[in-house]
Amino acid sequence: MTVRLTLRDQEYEVYGGMTVRHALLKLGIQPDSVLPTLDGELITDDEILQDDQHIHLVAVISGGAR
Amino acid sequence: MRQHKLALCKEHFLVWFTEQTQRFINKYHMFGYEDRILVAVSGGKDSLALWNVLHRLGYQTDGLYIGLGINQGTGYSAESLQFTEKYATKYNHKLIVVDVAEFAGATIPEAAALTLRGKGKPCSVCGLTKRYIMNMVAHQGDYNVLVTGHNLDDEVAVLFGNTLNWAVGYLARQGPVLEETAGGLARKAKPFCRFYERETAAYALLQGIDYIYEECPHATGAKSIYYKVQLNQLEADRPGTKLSFYLSFLRAKESGFFAHQNPAVQANLNRCQTCGQPTSAPEQCAFCRTWHRVRSRRAAAA
Ligand code: SF4
Ligand SMILES: [Zn+2]
Repeated sequence: MTVRLTLRDQEYEVYGGMTVRHALLKLGIQPDSVLPTLDGELITDDEILQDDQHIHLVAVISGGAR
Repeated sequence: MRQHKLALCKEHFLVWFTEQTQRFINKYHMFGYEDRILVAVSGGKDSLALWNVLHRLGYQTDGLYIGLGINQGTGYSAESLQFTEKYATKYNHKLIVVDVAEFAGATIPEAAALTLRGKGKPCSVCGLTKRYIMNMVAHQGDYNVLVTGHNLDDEVAVLFGNTLNWAVGYLARQGPVLEETAGGLARKAKPFCRFYERETAAYALLQGIDYIYEECPHATGAKSIYYKVQLNQLEADRPGTKLSFYLSFLRAKESGFFAHQNPAVQANLNRCQTCGQPTSAPEQCAFCRTWHRVRSRRAAAA
């Protein structure tokens, strides 16, 4: 009965009932560095997570020296 | 607060993003509909999103992809070319591909190994080579402006680094537009300079653009990424920090803060004796010097 979040090959779990942003901060993931998606659709940071959801986080930080 | 923009529904976000791009193009006098625009594309989210928006806005754009030959282990260059070509084919856009190994005689990793530039890290010779080729193609193809997909996070990371070092020469030249120089360095513009990185990524996702998720393997440990992480921490604590840092810099610049730095940079340009591109060096430009060394060391080793 938890929410599963994946980022690249990392997997995290949180309890449902908190917002995406709260979950990210709690897991030590910078909200600005990822885009949360659910079933392939973008969701917003203030969306409340529900148990059994699987959130896929798309990493957005790019770039070395350009 | 910017985060609420991502709360817009799909259609409204795409409309908002497109209109904002147009607003920035106008605000910073980047280019017009009569201009021929060369878009530097890497296969990543920012550059493909930029090409997409500019085309949708009705601008005349061609893409330039530079093949760096960074393939050991990851196949990064091969894969990023595939994404770029697929995109260009899908939308029927003209794509110019310049392969560094064909053009200059070695791949970027080979060149880095043969020079001391960057001491093993290829980024220095890579940056130098990309700038040179972009400028060359822009010039030869009679493009009025070269555009890159740099977003707010990229710009703020560079600004942060330059401020930490008080690199005033670089600060003087940073901004949404870099004017053409008298010697013939192409005019450059960054239409995405006020979008957060996650906004350009959201646009790419929502618009269904297939881009390469992988980063260049040499980006790992890059200073710019380290700065981005620090700045994202600031942003998490105080939302809006990144944008206000950038905008207050632009205002300071506009009020003449770095004004005396700029003319000096431009006045010292000569013509490279080998290729004719403008350079601040007295004889050969850095590109010709570096690649001449690469080719002769290569020949000596063969
Ligand atoms: S990170 Fe890769 S693409 Fe970027 S400058 Fe370095 S070698 Fe070139
Ligand atoms: Zn030269």
